Amino acid sequence: GKEQGDKKGGGASDVVLYKIDVPANRYDLLCLEGLVRGLQVFKERIKAPLYKRVMPNGEIQKLIITEETAKIRPYAVAAVLRNIKFTKDRYDSFIELQEKLHQNICRKRALVAIGAHDLDSLSGPFTFTAKRPSDIKFKPLSKTKEYTACELMNIYKTDNHLKHYLHIIENKPLYPVIYDSNGVVLSMPPIINGNHSKITLNTRNVFIECTGTDFTKAKIVLDIIVTMFSEYCENQFTVEAAEVVFPNGKSYTFPELAYRKEMVRADLINKKVGIRETPENLAKLLTRMCLKSEVIGDGNQIEIEIPPTRADIIHACDIVEDAAIAYGYNNIQMTLPKTYTIANQFPLNKLTELLRHDMAAAGFTEALTFALCSQEDIADKLGVDISATKAVHISNPKTAEFQVARTTLLPGLLKTIAANRKMPLPLKLFEISDIVVKDSSRDVGARNYRHLCAVYYNKNPGFEIIHGLLDRIMQLLDVPPGEKKGGYVIKASEGPAFFPGRCAEVFARGQSIGKLGVLHPDVITKFELTMPCSSLEINIEPFL
Amino acid sequence: MAAHAPGAGSGSGCSGAGRDTPSAPGAAMADGPVADVLLRRLEAADGGLDSAELAAELGVEHQAVVGAVKSLQALGEIIEAELRSTKRWELTAEGEEIAREGSHEARVFRSVPPEGLAQSELMRLPSGKVGFSKAMSNKWIRVDKSAADGPRVFRVVDSMEDDVQRRLQLVRGGQAEKLAEKERSELRKRKLLTEVTLKTYWVSKGSAFSTSVSKQEAELSPEMISSGSWRDRPFKPYNFSARGVLPDSGHLHPLLKVRTQFRQIFLEMGFTEMPTDNFIESSFWNFDALFQPQQHPARDQHDTFFLQDPAEALQLPMDYVHRVKRTHSQGGYGSQGYKYTWKLDEARKNLLRTHTTAASARALYRLARKKPFTPIKYFSIDRVFRNETLDATHLAEFHQIEGVVADHGLTLGHLMGVLREFFTKLGITQLRFKPAYNPYTEPSMEVFSYHQGLKKWVEVGNSGLFRPEMLLPMGLPENVSVIAWGLSLERQREPPVPRP
Repeated sequence: GKEQGDKKGGGASDVVLYKIDVPANRYDLLCLEGLVRGLQVFKERIKAPLYKRVMPNGEIQKLIITEETAKIRPYAVAAVLRNIKFTKDRYDSFIELQEKLHQNICRKRALVAIGAHDLDSLSGPFTFTAKRPSDIKFKPLSKTKEYTACELMNIYKTDNHLKHYLHIIENKPLYPVIYDSNGVVLSMPPIINGNHSKITLNTRNVFIECTGTDFTKAKIVLDIIVTMFSEYCENQFTVEAAEVVFPNGKSYTFPELAYRKEMVRADLINKKVGIRETPENLAKLLTRMCLKSEVIGDGNQIEIEIPPTRADIIHACDIVEDAAIAYGYNNIQMTLPKTYTIANQFPLNKLTELLRHDMAAAGFTEALTFALCSQEDIADKLGVDISATKAVHISNPKTAEFQVARTTLLPGLLKTIAANRKMPLPLKLFEISDIVVKDSSRDVGARNYRHLCAVYYNKNPGFEIIHGLLDRIMQLLDVPPGEKKGGYVIKASEGPAFFPGRCAEVFARGQSIGKLGVLHPDVITKFELTMPCSSLEINIEPFL
Repeated sequence: MAAHAPGAGSGSGCSGAGRDTPSAPGAAMADGPVADVLLRRLEAADGGLDSAELAAELGVEHQAVVGAVKSLQALGEIIEAELRSTKRWELTAEGEEIAREGSHEARVFRSVPPEGLAQSELMRLPSGKVGFSKAMSNKWIRVDKSAADGPRVFRVVDSMEDDVQRRLQLVRGGQAEKLAEKERSELRKRKLLTEVTLKTYWVSKGSAFSTSVSKQEAELSPEMISSGSWRDRPFKPYNFSARGVLPDSGHLHPLLKVRTQFRQIFLEMGFTEMPTDNFIESSFWNFDALFQPQQHPARDQHDTFFLQDPAEALQLPMDYVHRVKRTHSQGGYGSQGYKYTWKLDEARKNLLRTHTTAASARALYRLARKKPFTPIKYFSIDRVFRNETLDATHLAEFHQIEGVVADHGLTLGHLMGVLREFFTKLGITQLRFKPAYNPYTEPSMEVFSYHQGLKKWVEVGNSGLFRPEMLLPMGLPENVSVIAWGLSLERQREPPVPRP
């Protein structure tokens, strides 16, 4: 199960290493204990264990939450693993499972953080509170002296592991912290545990606390840890309860270890999967998936027990999937649905497809360019102010290449030419694709327009060639030349991207649809080009 | 004009200019004066003649004679030419100078007058430094270091023989063989001589030898056709090993050709195209409607491009939004839900859609509102966006291909059957299915196909039945199942050339 096992290391043995893909919602398969248990049950070598919460012989361990936690980390749950026996392997697996849960369901400790402590080194009741960082002082794991929380946050800025979690509490006025009745710090979640209660191979009684901002997930995480490792307790698969008192005075007992019953009709499973198994067989398949099932009632009803390890089962469809997996996806008979439909193309895409082929037939080569670009590409380089573009702005780009969605196809084509300057002249490129602009009449406040853009790049500007292309496009769209209704004309115009006196606006079917002209030398230079260039860009949506 | 044609490549306005287009062999030269002379000399010659010798006699470049030989060869059996390579000694530039002006040591000797010359003055002469030591070792001169105004050089002999100049003159006269091997190698070490290999032709009469090779026509012309003169004229042969001139045309983008092929497949299978012309989407349609919880890592700033402007969606279908909210936070429709605090602000956040499944959700919502329910088959192929830094294996935008079927009683077996037909049309026949996890499909299956080249199973797509928690809040009937699959256009190969 270890993921280092992909390649055989130097001098390694010939033992076959298996790489096992665990679905992201199967937290119960994240450690060797759970994986082996799951396989043993599937192979019917053992029965799925029954996990039990038990009350202690003496006093129950208590964790009291104070109201200061409300604004930073309001939830906590806890449990005790009594008389556990660690070995090196078990201990390592215990630490590794916590780490995997932290990365996965705990969302890098933002939703839930886990702390495990040697109970015999502490004395309850415990208090989960929040304090000013300067008022928190303790000796953290694997350090030899005490530090204040402020000092620790500084020290961990350079710690390759812990630095990723600092942001969760860094700018908060109060930091969460858990004390025992003697004022010993158990942990400062979600950053670090105290060194005092560190668990070792000799630890016999483990106190586990999970704190977080998502109560449901904290309960799931606690259930997973205790169901996996109660295997090593003197009374196997039993977990000692702990009591958590919330600021409102209400107290709850954890872990929940709740078993839930679901009823699913056998024919529903058969109908969803496309198989014809008897209810008994289906119940057996589910039981092998650790979902203890039996046929009840009219003989078609299956009662399924969802164990606390399977928080991923939230609907009957999850049970159907487990039945299908146990049956084997590749054993399912493939059939064709009898769904009768007439196909339709999306009209805008149909028009685009027709035009693309004719553009290529007219000697222009199709480019495919990114819809995201820099502000500079659509504004500065074209001599336009960014505020005049109505562009949609991205809030979190990793590089300047993704600051905005393009409002014109021209920059992409000019960049394509710049990347292909070595090709023989003339370069004739086109693209028919979407641009995006803000539009408050749309539900999201923005919309696409389907544009057609073409450029001609040569030793001469070739306006007549781009103009001829426009004439050809209009001929294809059955739009006649001329001012009269339904026709098209071009009229002298100006635009910052164009050379003065070499720009015209295209009017078709009574509306302006775009511009064509010879590009301004400043535009050519800014796109790192050296030759004259003419371009055409129109909106094709009026021709639908 | 084709590149095969004689004399091609001269200014035909083809766009393939600069392409590696070998022109026909130097056909123009066949008519040149060199070829004529060569044929006349060959007629008179006894046996044959050497191309290099002929070039020397005519005072033309050797290459001009070679051109004539090749063009005559192209005419058939007029001549025979045998390639010979001969080695020859030639003077270097410095060797030429010495043959003309004498060796450096001789020049030093000559510049020393009987009354002697100050050594410092001698060293300033052009040949001074090189010539002095050679002249000394030849014992032609001596140095008197005790002279009043510094060392002075005097002649030792009255005259001397300049052997170096004499030998180089022999080589220049084509008599290098008269020199001893040792003498030649010494001159070569002094970089005065070099050995060159010369490729020449030994030309002799061919079986169809004739001095009167008539002028051949390059191409058929309209005049020849109308006058009929083509009947009497010989034509130059084409060079069929040359490449043609590429047609002057535009091209479609290879990836978009694949897109066309996928559209075609879906249309052949009766699938209707969904509108996807909205790159900007709200988190609601992109995630919440798909029952993807608000803390899901895909909704992280690191994975998704969120918008600064317009930052939030202006309108959401509020009735439906409330059903979605309830399903996430409390469950319903037979579901436990995710049991967390669902926030409207989070759903309003605008983003660049991370999958076209957002458009599928809109299409299914529209379908759910049309009563009575009618079965559908939908598809889309369009851009999606992920917050990645560009490198060889990561793109911030790519194309997603998606297929959706909604009908009463659809099964996992139906999904697999549709996938089999779909992939068969792509030429992929070996398929396997593997369980997977998707937040919005259950059951979910990854689709693998056997890759003949890589000799292993590779993932080709993802699929599943949409969860009831996604479909029922939309208002679709309970017994309607929706199967769906998706793949990336960028990972598909270019289709083969279409055949009728």
